Amino acid sequence: MLKFIARRLVLGLITLAILLVIITLIPNIAPGDPARKIAGGTATPERLAQVNESLGLRDPVSTQLTNLGQSVFTLDFGESFSVAAGQPVMDLVFTALGNSAKLVALSLIIMVPLAILGGLVAAYKKDTWIDRTIVNTGLAFSSIPDFVAGVFLLAFLAVPFEFFKVQANAPPGSSILVQIQHLLLPAIAVLMVYFGYIARITRAGTITSLDADYTRTAFMRGLTTREVFRKHVARNALQPTVAVLGTQLGYLFGGMVALEIVFQYPGLGNLIIRAVDRADYPVLRAGVLTVAIIYMLATLAADLLIAWMNPRARLNIGEDA
Amino acid sequence: MTTTEITDDGIVSDPDTAALAIEDLELSYVVRGTPRAVLRGVTFEVRPGEAYGLVGESGCGKSTTAYAALRYLPSNGQIDGGRVTSSGQELTSMSAKELREFRARQASMVFQDPVQAVNPVLKIGRQVAEAFEVMGQSKSEAKKSALAALHRVRIASPESVMDRYPYQLSGGMLQRVVIAMALACDPKLLVLDEPTTGLDATVEAEVLDLVRDLRSELNSAILLIAHNLGVIRTMCDRVGVMYAGRVVEEGTVEEVFDNPSHPYTVGLLNSIPRQGLRKTDRELFAIPGNLPQIGEPLPTCVYVDRCPIANDTCRTEVPPIVDRSEGHWTRCHFPDRLDEIPEPEEVSEVVAVGSEEVVGVHGVSKTFRQRGHDIPALVSVDLGFAEGETLGLVGESGSGKSTLAKTMLGVYEADEGGEITLRGRPMAGKATKRVEESIRSLQMVFQNPDSALNRAWTVRRILTRSITRLTGMKGDEADKRAVEVAEAMRLSPRHLDMRPRQLSGGLKQRVAIARAFAGDPNVVVCDEPTSALDVSVQAAILNLLASLQRDDRTSYLFISHDISVVRYLADRIAVMYVGRIMELGSTEQIFEGPNHPYTEALLSAVPSVDGQAENRIPLTGEIPSPANPPSGCVFHTRCHRFIEGLCEVTEPEMHELSPGHTIKCHLTVEQLSQPVEITEKDRMADVAEPLE
Ligand SMILES: Nc1ncnc2c1ncn2[C@@H]1O[C@H](COP(=O)(O)OP(=O)(O)O)[C@@H](O)[C@H]1O
Ligand code: SF4
Ligand code: SF4
Ligand SMILES: [Mg+2]
Repeated sequence: MLKFIARRLVLGLITLAILLVIITLIPNIAPGDPARKIAGGTATPERLAQVNESLGLRDPVSTQLTNLGQSVFTLDFGESFSVAAGQPVMDLVFTALGNSAKLVALSLIIMVPLAILGGLVAAYKKDTWIDRTIVNTGLAFSSIPDFVAGVFLLAFLAVPFEFFKVQANAPPGSSILVQIQHLLLPAIAVLMVYFGYIARITRAGTITSLDADYTRTAFMRGLTTREVFRKHVARNALQPTVAVLGTQLGYLFGGMVALEIVFQYPGLGNLIIRAVDRADYPVLRAGVLTVAIIYMLATLAADLLIAWMNPRARLNIGEDA
Repeated sequence: MTTTEITDDGIVSDPDTAALAIEDLELSYVVRGTPRAVLRGVTFEVRPGEAYGLVGESGCGKSTTAYAALRYLPSNGQIDGGRVTSSGQELTSMSAKELREFRARQASMVFQDPVQAVNPVLKIGRQVAEAFEVMGQSKSEAKKSALAALHRVRIASPESVMDRYPYQLSGGMLQRVVIAMALACDPKLLVLDEPTTGLDATVEAEVLDLVRDLRSELNSAILLIAHNLGVIRTMCDRVGVMYAGRVVEEGTVEEVFDNPSHPYTVGLLNSIPRQGLRKTDRELFAIPGNLPQIGEPLPTCVYVDRCPIANDTCRTEVPPIVDRSEGHWTRCHFPDRLDEIPEPEEVSEVVAVGSEEVVGVHGVSKTFRQRGHDIPALVSVDLGFAEGETLGLVGESGSGKSTLAKTMLGVYEADEGGEITLRGRPMAGKATKRVEESIRSLQMVFQNPDSALNRAWTVRRILTRSITRLTGMKGDEADKRAVEVAEAMRLSPRHLDMRPRQLSGGLKQRVAIARAFAGDPNVVVCDEPTSALDVSVQAAILNLLASLQRDDRTSYLFISHDISVVRYLADRIAVMYVGRIMELGSTEQIFEGPNHPYTEALLSAVPSVDGQAENRIPLTGEIPSPANPPSGCVFHTRCHRFIEGLCEVTEPEMHELSPGHTIKCHLTVEQLSQPVEITEKDRMADVAEPLE
């Protein structure tokens, strides 16, 4: 198992290295002056010089690459150009990461149990109106783009009810409950977007598991429906759900740009988009690398969880069960 | 007091004491809002301690009846009428809680596939113990009981089995575990739904032996469902023959199988090769037509559409129950006209097998490499195919049969040194390097036609494509040939424009055979071509293969786990074990013996519908992995004739017992003809060597 984790980490490092190369090469291979492309057409000569200096664009590509690699290990990506000029990039990224983590955590705490429950119930009540209601509701919501969902929530919840906040970011120093109160709307938006997807995956896995002979064996043994679900169905049925959640986690961290903008929330997606907007190359590349690392860790965690659930998967990760 | 109650639908003597009494049960499945009748008045009883068998083609409602016996129905199943009782308790009116109690303490069920019947993510020990916990035992008591239960099903090292996950055990071992769990509550009623269908004949025999032995220790009544008539014959006291949701004939197994009184039973029995029947004797009887769909109205006799002696009475009047002898009845208007059922055709022309070798396999080995290890899956195999000859190939799963087939076809490339020849000329190892002539002359038919046929194409397209690929014919010419080939397969022209999913299993297999025959092959490799089919459909396919062989002089390599089928079709038989041919001889020689000890064990495992009692030689333990073959004779780890100091040291040479009959064993004809003693220890199953 340690071997498996080590192997995955090595693979992750290789992916990361490739990503580093790409990030380094992009400004260098595109035609034109790299500094000008990064700083924008109207930049002053001083500004161009500053860009060249801080990114080392005059250095040979190999030196640039080693420098960037070093940045990753020392967690030092220099200073921000424009998003928050002069501040260390990593400070910005860490703050945004913390914010994202809060939002993602709350979203998952709300969405995952509901979606799984929905999937389990739909599977158990397969082909009844209950099943159809769950599946169709999920489908309807997940076909709405996330920012539309956000705007709807603002219009129908935040505007009429004082309780729901337009701003997802609580004032500094707020208690955790107040912070949660502020984050509620974007978390509900995530629920709307993901409920159908996760419930559908869970439903499919559960139907397969309910239809399996081992479930019949369990029923025939005289267990109650609850016991059958808890002891026999869940661990089999939820493996695909875990796998999907693992791959979606990276997206939740870096891809919720639209929701973060609608709710003016300073998360990672928001930071990256602002960095693009203001040509803040150091922030941009640190943000992208962070999302990549989160994605890797999340899928690794999901694989380990699946290995815990399923002894056969343990074989693939090289542990003798 | 016993009252015999003759209802319209069968006979139940005493519903208050029967382990299971099903009376006039009508059941339907709701499909797209419409209820469709599946059981149309099923009546039978299983008396305490009795083993009752249900036979019939797949889809006739056997499993539905089994589930109904424990009132476990799919969500779309509904009971429309009738009663199910067990020891006087009526299941149809039990509350959910009573039903759970009933299942926990009084009844158990074993399913077809043991691999599916255990939870893949839980250790065996946990699952077996759970069966005892349900009855209120504490965790530690349950664990002890679980060990004892595994021991009872003759598992030699229960501790080690408890600690394993299902995927680490073989199918036979798992079925023992499943049976151990089913017996946890010492049930009054044990329902077994095709418990050995997916297993090798040898494993099947072991599991059946086990159930038979346990019967004497237990007070369970058994409801055994199987489509294999031999299994029912050797296991049951009485049998009910089921057709389209009704029991059409019932009686003791001897009466029903030796004196069948319903045209359907006669059809079933004639469709299997019995009593050593050979392809040169007569054709098998294929019941024409198909089982009616569920929900189809069948107001009179359910069998009327396929019955060869049906007349107007059958079409207008419900047949009564007619008693034949004590406890043996049939539901037919004309049980005395059964001799009018046409006999299967005698085979008039017997075409002699040619003498020239068409395809030869000479010293062929195949070694796979996996993670740096060599796995010799085939070890210097020698076989020859004469024109028009069928070579049967038998052996347990994992013995290398399919590897041999694929190596012959060039799917795998044989190791250096051996060669596969076509009329004496060696062909390339890989199919991709073979000349057109070699590819055309060697074709294959698989067990599962679904995976072999392109689902998106029509039958016509499937056939013309193969014809073009194999013969170079194009356009109209290829189309004409496709029609011809289809006709030879007894496919009607309308089938040509259908797609595989619109065809039944038997028809799909015909298309697969048609495709293999498209280019006029010399040798067709048939890998378990009828294993997935019902006996009556199997009969039609075997007839077809035999008649194509008579007409085209094609040779077959015929792989099957069903020994009686191999006996019917094969001229010679090769027995394979751990990638080696252990015995080769004419079908007569193989069945007369003496045999290689492995063959001896294989042959003794076959449950026969003819009911001769066999002295079974157990083949316990698992087949060794070719990656790690035993020293000396590869069979020595399981051999009942093992000679210490010789067999585990020296690998025997192939030697001739009589002309054309060779075996790979140290023993002489005289030694092999001595009967052997079987001890109790020989019958314990053990797990394979500790896992790597
Ligand atoms: N849940 C279900 N819904 C609809 N049809 C079903 C269902 N289960 C089985 N059937 C159909 O009912 C018939 C009888 O099935 P089954 O009892 O499984 O037969 P057997 O065990 O004899 O093969 C078949 O035609 C089968 O396709
Ligand atoms: S009642 Fe008529 S149709 Fe039915 S099985 Fe008897 S002879 Fe055949
Ligand atoms: S050589 Fe020995 S071990 Fe092998 S089959 Fe013959 S008697 Fe058995
Ligand atoms: Mg069945």
